Amino acid sequence: MSDEILAMRGITKRFAGVTALHDVSLSVRRGEIHAICGENGAGKSTLMKVLSGVHPHGTYEGEIVFAGEPCAFHGVRDSERRGIVIIHQELALCGQLSVAENLFLGNERSRRGFIDWNRTNHEAQALLDRVGLRENPTTPVNDLGVGKQQLVEIAKALSKEVSLLILDEPTAALNDDDSQHLLDLLDGLRDEGITSVIISHKLNEVIKIADTVTVLRDGKTIETLPAAGLTEDRIIAGMVGRDLEHRFPPRTPDIGDEVLRIEDWTVHSPAQPDRVVVDNATLSVRRGEIVGLAGLMGAGRTELAMSVFGRSYGVGISGRVVKDGVEIDTRSVQAAIRHGLAYVSEDRKRYGLNLIEGVQRNVSAAALGKLSNRGWVNENEEYSVAERFRRSMGIRTPAVSTQVGTLSGGNQQKVVLAKWMFTDPDVLILDEPTRGIDVGAKYEIYSIINDLAAQGKAVLVISSELPELLGLCDRVYALSEGRITGELDRAEATQERLMQYMTRGQNS
Amino acid sequence: MTTKTAPPTVAAPSAPSSRMSINLRQSGIYVAFALIVVLFAFLTDGALLQPQNISNIIVQNSYVLILAIGMILVIIGGHIDLSVGSTVALTGAICAVLTVQWGLPWPIAVLLTLVAGAIIGAAQGYWIAYFGIPAFIVTLAGMLVFRALTLTTLGNQGIGPFPDAIRSLSNGFTGGYLGNIALGPLGGADLVSLLAGLVFVAGFALSQWRKRAARLGYGQTVDPMPLFVLKILGVGVVVMAVVVQLARFRNLPWVLVLLAALALGYSLMANNSVFGRHIYSIGGNLQAATLSGVKVKAVTFWVFVNMGVLAALAGVIFAGRLNQAGPTAGTAFELDAIAAAFIGGAAVQGGVGKVVGAITGGLIMGVINNGMSLIGAPSERVMLVKGLVLLVAVAYDVWTKRRA
Repeated sequence: MSDEILAMRGITKRFAGVTALHDVSLSVRRGEIHAICGENGAGKSTLMKVLSGVHPHGTYEGEIVFAGEPCAFHGVRDSERRGIVIIHQELALCGQLSVAENLFLGNERSRRGFIDWNRTNHEAQALLDRVGLRENPTTPVNDLGVGKQQLVEIAKALSKEVSLLILDEPTAALNDDDSQHLLDLLDGLRDEGITSVIISHKLNEVIKIADTVTVLRDGKTIETLPAAGLTEDRIIAGMVGRDLEHRFPPRTPDIGDEVLRIEDWTVHSPAQPDRVVVDNATLSVRRGEIVGLAGLMGAGRTELAMSVFGRSYGVGISGRVVKDGVEIDTRSVQAAIRHGLAYVSEDRKRYGLNLIEGVQRNVSAAALGKLSNRGWVNENEEYSVAERFRRSMGIRTPAVSTQVGTLSGGNQQKVVLAKWMFTDPDVLILDEPTRGIDVGAKYEIYSIINDLAAQGKAVLVISSELPELLGLCDRVYALSEGRITGELDRAEATQERLMQYMTRGQNS
Repeated sequence: MTTKTAPPTVAAPSAPSSRMSINLRQSGIYVAFALIVVLFAFLTDGALLQPQNISNIIVQNSYVLILAIGMILVIIGGHIDLSVGSTVALTGAICAVLTVQWGLPWPIAVLLTLVAGAIIGAAQGYWIAYFGIPAFIVTLAGMLVFRALTLTTLGNQGIGPFPDAIRSLSNGFTGGYLGNIALGPLGGADLVSLLAGLVFVAGFALSQWRKRAARLGYGQTVDPMPLFVLKILGVGVVVMAVVVQLARFRNLPWVLVLLAALALGYSLMANNSVFGRHIYSIGGNLQAATLSGVKVKAVTFWVFVNMGVLAALAGVIFAGRLNQAGPTAGTAFELDAIAAAFIGGAAVQGGVGKVVGAITGGLIMGVINNGMSLIGAPSERVMLVKGLVLLVAVAYDVWTKRRA
């Protein structure tokens, strides 16, 4: 065991009633590249946040032993002092500052309180050479592409005398060349004796670079496997598991004609207008049908939905939206709502609710016109509408005047659903409808979705949980890197097949 | 963040307590106002509540209260307007030019001044809503630009005197059309003023009664009958006490009639109109409002147009009161209006606030001003107290929110 640099044992982490990690163990050998795989929500990022002190000692159970010594980190600074550096999915760089300034941020090369610019830029240059980034240290970080920014992050980690480097989805936003360069760099760091833990959805990269793979599922360690001789299918089998319990209410589909068709839909990123986020996607939904949209983080699911719904995301959008055989204009949210579209956001607190208002005013927010006469709202009618939804959907709230912010996640989600059901849409796009909701409330949300389909609505469900899509949907599209890579009927859809489509890259 | 589902059994008993605490937070401002009035009535040996003094408080603060009505809507929408003081000066100057120099009839001149206010609001609203510049910056620029335009318009000197009609809008009183009646030891009082007060109170009681009946019809919970009667009686007594004092002095100030109409109209608009609801939803969560189909840009634009019109109205009244449009008119009025809104319970983040709250906030500052000058406190001490009151009011708001 002397070559074990890190041991995490019996790690359990709970968030307000939800267990994110349950008795997780991880053992990393010195000088290896250790990959952690798992579905979205399996607990990978949480585990790394526990390790790096983002979740401080005392907020979790279990023990961490690093380089033979037990650790009790109270913050990121503690773990960095011990040589553990985490690079998050969202890069933590100050775009206006130069590369050199970013490298030594919080760790400035100074003399008597003043920055020693010569030393700063000189040492920065040495670090950039080490990661193979040919840029001037005085270049503002904003002028670099994402791939190069990623290298700056790694150089920054090297400046801190790193011995364990943690990378969360390092290649998710990179193109193939940049990814390859990054993987080569990790390979080189391994030769220098630096241990890396990488979280990645790109299984082909994992197999190529890693020495050991640990698979997490539902907050538990499933298995740890040597990477030699491992296949993508073998990893996927571990990620998705085998047991599909009866977590879904029964339903008899009654599917009618096509209601909505999205054709040749292409969307570019507003931050990098030359980057394609949704690539020529075509999909359709029929009356009474529940259609799933599967994809890994960054596949472009939410971007697809929001760009269709009133161009709420993206630039350079092209393609057609056809409803009941006629092309419709969904350039503004108002127009989308008028044409019978509804979009329930994945982030209900940011995009779905006015948390400081009551249930009543939230339920009416998207269809005030139905409750008003010449611009004046009939509050009594509004109240009875809110009461009706409270009863029919089982929204547990003391009163419909209660602030939505004080309700539980499941009840907040019901309020958002009620808001959109009150607009009486023909098509509902539900983005992660059960995120952050406990199992009991999930079942209720599934029942509501089934009811909507039974009423003849067309429902498009975006979800990171494959069992949810399989349990709920009549048909599932898989999205990978902005492209629809597969379409499976209920009968042919399995987690393994979906995962294959979802991880299918541009070049495979 | 909690993701646990609350068991249904907890819901029922927690309902009354949470409603009480909300009520306390909303009514805290009125309780504070009452305490401040009692305090200064006591400190000034009753001089605060003398007929002439009550009349003075209303007339002296009318323009700030009008600004506060517009400002509370801006703040609910999540913005701020620093330019209203300069807008008051500019519109006062425009009104002076139109009436004094061009000799236009006063109704046309006032109308044109309000249109000028609307244009000022629209100009700022365009940059804020459609161009996306923070309101703080746009209206800070407006504060300088409109002051400069005031100086240009006036040629660095005051213009006056104003026509009588405009002066009486600011300073004047309703006439004694029906004569006086004797009120025993209180002496004679104007009958028209008293009747107006009674009609107001009766109308208030009737509308509250009908609202209550309608709510009951829909099966909603309402205040128990004794509390309901007590509330109506409380409002009635306060309104009639003020009206009686005014009737004993020189009848109702015209500006009070105007203020009452504005307060009623804007309260109704904020609470019950689609437009008002959209302002709250934008301030409460901009993204959620956008994704709910609220035309956030248009709503923001019109909120600033409205602010411009109300600032123009305040400009006319202020100029009429001084009988002259001056280059320094309206200096620091924006700060009084903003302070009134926040003392009256608006939230810095937006989405929260009431028109009546802002008016009460403005009156709190007006009473402090007036009361302290009656007891001969120096102006620096008045400023000190007003500053501390603002801080305490917002601190209380933050504190209650944190406990909630």
